[in-house]
Amino acid sequence: MNPSKASRHLFTAGVVLICAWVLVPIYLVLVNTLSTPAEVTGWPKSFFPSFHLDSLKFFINYAGVLKALGNSLFVAVLTMVMAIVMGAPAGYALARFDFPGKGAFRLLVLMTRAFPLPLLALPLAVFFIRSGLDDTIFALALVHSTLALPFAILVTFSLFSGIPVELEEAAWTLGCNRIQAFWKVVMPLALPGIAASGVFAFVTSWNEVFAAAVLTIENKTLTAFLIQSLDYSPAPLKFAGAAVLVLPALIFLFAVRKYLFSLWGIANR
Amino acid sequence: MKSQRTLAYLLLLPSTLFLLAFFVVPFIQVAWLGLTVEGQPTFQHFQTLSADWKFGPAMKNTFMLVGILVPLQVIFALAMAQMVAKLERARDIILYIWTIPLGVSDLAAGLIWLAILEQTGFLNSFLNAVGLIKGQVNWLQYGNMWALLTAVVLAEIWRSTALMLVILVAGMGLIPKEYAEAAEVFGAGPWKRFFKVTLPLLKPSLQTALILRTILAFEVFGVAAALTGTNLPVLLGETFNWQFNLQDRSVASAYALIVLAISVAFTLVFLRVLRVRSEQRA
Repeated sequence: MNPSKASRHLFTAGVVLICAWVLVPIYLVLVNTLSTPAEVTGWPKSFFPSFHLDSLKFFINYAGVLKALGNSLFVAVLTMVMAIVMGAPAGYALARFDFPGKGAFRLLVLMTRAFPLPLLALPLAVFFIRSGLDDTIFALALVHSTLALPFAILVTFSLFSGIPVELEEAAWTLGCNRIQAFWKVVMPLALPGIAASGVFAFVTSWNEVFAAAVLTIENKTLTAFLIQSLDYSPAPLKFAGAAVLVLPALIFLFAVRKYLFSLWGIANR
Repeated sequence: MKSQRTLAYLLLLPSTLFLLAFFVVPFIQVAWLGLTVEGQPTFQHFQTLSADWKFGPAMKNTFMLVGILVPLQVIFALAMAQMVAKLERARDIILYIWTIPLGVSDLAAGLIWLAILEQTGFLNSFLNAVGLIKGQVNWLQYGNMWALLTAVVLAEIWRSTALMLVILVAGMGLIPKEYAEAAEVFGAGPWKRFFKVTLPLLKPSLQTALILRTILAFEVFGVAAALTGTNLPVLLGETFNWQFNLQDRSVASAYALIVLAISVAFTLVFLRVLRVRSEQRA
């Protein structure tokens, strides 16, 4: 075997090995999820699932799980909507206009990166109690939006910057006003990217643990439910919970994989 | 011009107000909570938290985690990004697989690795089946600090290296191929090309990746809770404990202030050490 062929095999082996490193742990938690509770706590473990739905049924029927699942979904959708509705206009303004204060606004957005934002749930808890918003889905979505909004602004900024302003100008000369030109020309081009940044916002909220655990008591999200019950919850519940947490994120990431590098990677610089 | 400016401000208004209300103001409040008693300035809450026996271990564990984790992740992410650049076939699907952990929360990652590392878990089952161990080994034993630390580091490398990878791959995409080609023409080998051409040009991305990852690493919480319960105290875990279980908001806020100060300090260090001149930003 010549050396260049050997090094190519080594390279391929490395790539396959990293794929396995990522996929095998997810596979193993799925094996646990699709086995009976007795198998999940049993020894030694089989590396193939017995395809029983008992663990999943146990998870779904466990008191509070369904509600937590619904809450997680609700908070994530609310976060997504707030991040896009506030973030996309700001991204557009940054991409299209020059104005005094632009630098200051960008600094404010970038500064959010230097801070562990979930910690803000602590002072906000006090504010939420005073305003009667404590332990609500909406309050948690507000905190999750502080995580998702700066992302949405930066991603839509790089998205709108990539759409030539000449297209809009052409629409104006053809008789569109500013709003019409935006909806008819810019929006169709930007929509997939905006949807992608919405998905990032959704996943951010869906996965957030600390703020959810601090701010919710009766209205727990799934992450809050799982972390608050770690001490006493049975193993099948934990692993089915992990699988249910992971799967939607996998599907959504697959849907937006095209934008992961072009928007997310670059907007993050 | 003037109407344009008005429009720009109108578009920025909602997010500016939101960030002021839910990002800037809470900072002032958390400082207020952590530094006052009945309106009087005090260090009392810091005395309370430092008198707690868990404060020292939480501080030490968190710093050890970040100190082991982040350098390893930089090396892995750089190596993986270099591999991505060399991929000829199946680039899209491999990139998707490598970035899957981006969508996994730290709690889920902790639970996934718990399935592997627990006493009746998959690692023991595998080692037992191939005859390397007999029976079960309790890897996540209370008091075995290094084992617990290793477990959390493994889970975090598995989960969060993808974040660095995405930023570095995007950054490498912005470097013109001509530079590496020119270096090759002048006889630079692959290692020299990497250290003298790619790495310096990657500095802006590397800086961002380091800042984001380091701050997130100091926020380690769910992984540690899932894998070790309270056997490996970390800063955010203790913050949660004071807020949620001990119901002392002021001490929790004092913890938060410590994490905030550490985060800002590291950001400033990275901004300074990996200084990027504006013309270097592509």
